[in-house]
Amino acid sequence: MSEIEGIYAVWLREAKIYIREKERLVSAVISPLLWIFGFGGGLGSSVQSMSGYPYQTFIYPGIMVMTVLFTSLFYGVYIIWDRKLDFLKEVLVAPISRASVFAGKMLGGATDAMVQVVYLIIIGFFISIPFTPLVIIEAFLMLLLISIAMVSIGLVIGANLKSPEGFSLIINFVMWPMFFFSGALFPVSNLGPWLSAVTFINPLTYGVDAMRGIILNINHFPIMLDVAALTLFAAIMIGIGVASFKRM
Amino acid sequence: MTIKTEALTKTFGKITAVNELNLEVEEGEIFGLLGPNGAGKTTLISMLCTILKPSSGKAWVNGFDIVKEPGKVRKSIGIVFQQASVDDLLTGRENLALHNLLFDVPKAIRKQRIDEVLSIVNLEKRADDFVNTYSGGMRRRLELARGIMHHPKILFLDEPTLGLDPQTREHIWDYIKELAQKECMTVLLTTHYMEEAEKLCDRVAIIDYGKIVALDSPGALTSRIAGDVVTIKQRISDIESIKKLNYVMKAEDKDGLLYISIKDAGKHLQDLLSNTGPIDFVEVRRGTLNDVFLHYTGREIREAEAEGGFWERMMKR
Repeated sequence: MSEIEGIYAVWLREAKIYIREKERLVSAVISPLLWIFGFGGGLGSSVQSMSGYPYQTFIYPGIMVMTVLFTSLFYGVYIIWDRKLDFLKEVLVAPISRASVFAGKMLGGATDAMVQVVYLIIIGFFISIPFTPLVIIEAFLMLLLISIAMVSIGLVIGANLKSPEGFSLIINFVMWPMFFFSGALFPVSNLGPWLSAVTFINPLTYGVDAMRGIILNINHFPIMLDVAALTLFAAIMIGIGVASFKRM
Repeated sequence: MTIKTEALTKTFGKITAVNELNLEVEEGEIFGLLGPNGAGKTTLISMLCTILKPSSGKAWVNGFDIVKEPGKVRKSIGIVFQQASVDDLLTGRENLALHNLLFDVPKAIRKQRIDEVLSIVNLEKRADDFVNTYSGGMRRRLELARGIMHHPKILFLDEPTLGLDPQTREHIWDYIKELAQKECMTVLLTTHYMEEAEKLCDRVAIIDYGKIVALDSPGALTSRIAGDVVTIKQRISDIESIKKLNYVMKAEDKDGLLYISIKDAGKHLQDLLSNTGPIDFVEVRRGTLNDVFLHYTGREIREAEAEGGFWERMMKR
């Protein structure tokens, strides 16, 4: 009982702070808008349709995954600030397990990302993405799974570093390769052997593939493989994350 | 015995922060840990609060082993950290409410506990304001309130009045004293301020290089070690014959002035002055804990607090 309340307390603090930091809410709306209309719209005007969809529609699932990826990974930096400013100590000396602290933080980060997903779904209606209620529910759950995996990466890195600058440096080395080699901007079906090997070991590839399957019905892998790969990856990251929190 | 350590040791690589330290703190006393920067005070407190694991040795807090039963230790203690750890973007009341959840205070009494501690530290009127509108002293009071909300048997205070103005400091001292009496709490605090230790503590331990070098009540330490300090300026400096007088504990020549510690100025001042030859200046003051502190720890400036391993130092900046 007290562990659940502990998780709730850690999450509640994150959620309250998120709502009160207006800059975070504003940037959460603006950056995906830029990608969909700036990048998707701009490049879409010169690229012909892809797999039977306009380019803007084709990359929409990828933009969703990207938004979740960026927000989730960068969430890890807050743990460094919390430590620097000593806010985290109160939680670390509380009589709850580090696994619960990790769970609370992870759910807090996933909440940030899922708020953005809601914006993105609303934007989707305006650019005529073929949504049905079932598609929305499936997409939401899939993105939640992706978010949990990616927040865990961010928290692992954050828990092992002491400087926010170091965090940004390392996270860029993780984030951009994951994004570029995930098929978010182009289909993974006809890449060279070297590039396709990279995409296959990238967990995010399976996330993008699943999202494209759910929303546009274009699948490269079976959806169950996507879910299994991501779940396995999330489980591993959570394991490493809890271990990192125990050493904090 | 509320706190007991046996040969408690913590090393960070080559640095020994706490060195086979033995300490016993009685129930209900206010106990002060004094020491220069890097002496090992914060490391010791961190181990007792189960944030750090000792390298060797044993310790019990409220009868619980700090290594084997950290959960029970944590539930029975309250901690106020050196740096503010209350959340800026939450209100005072929200900060306390989170603490209630984290420390598993029974649901039925949560609201009542919050009101109770808010009134102890006089923050009722500001309870629903965001903490980033609080002054430094108010934050400290909120932290004190939070530290005692789950009715701990022991309260750990790491530099409780660091960076506060003298008025606020006096207030905080009053709160701490009152709390210790009312709640029958044991208080273990670290401080750099000798005045704080003198006014607040029943007993103090001076720590240096990870070991206890002196332990007693501030009054006993002062009269035993510092006595009274007579400062004189001799026309013809002659420190040796003064050192030979049997009531002189210590004589030091600094910047042309002679600092003489004697056991009882009331008894021996006249005799002392008859032995100094002609003088241009004299001043007599009671010895303080500061004199005791300098006596044990010397005058050289220390490196900053030892902390962390290689990786942590690398990543710090």
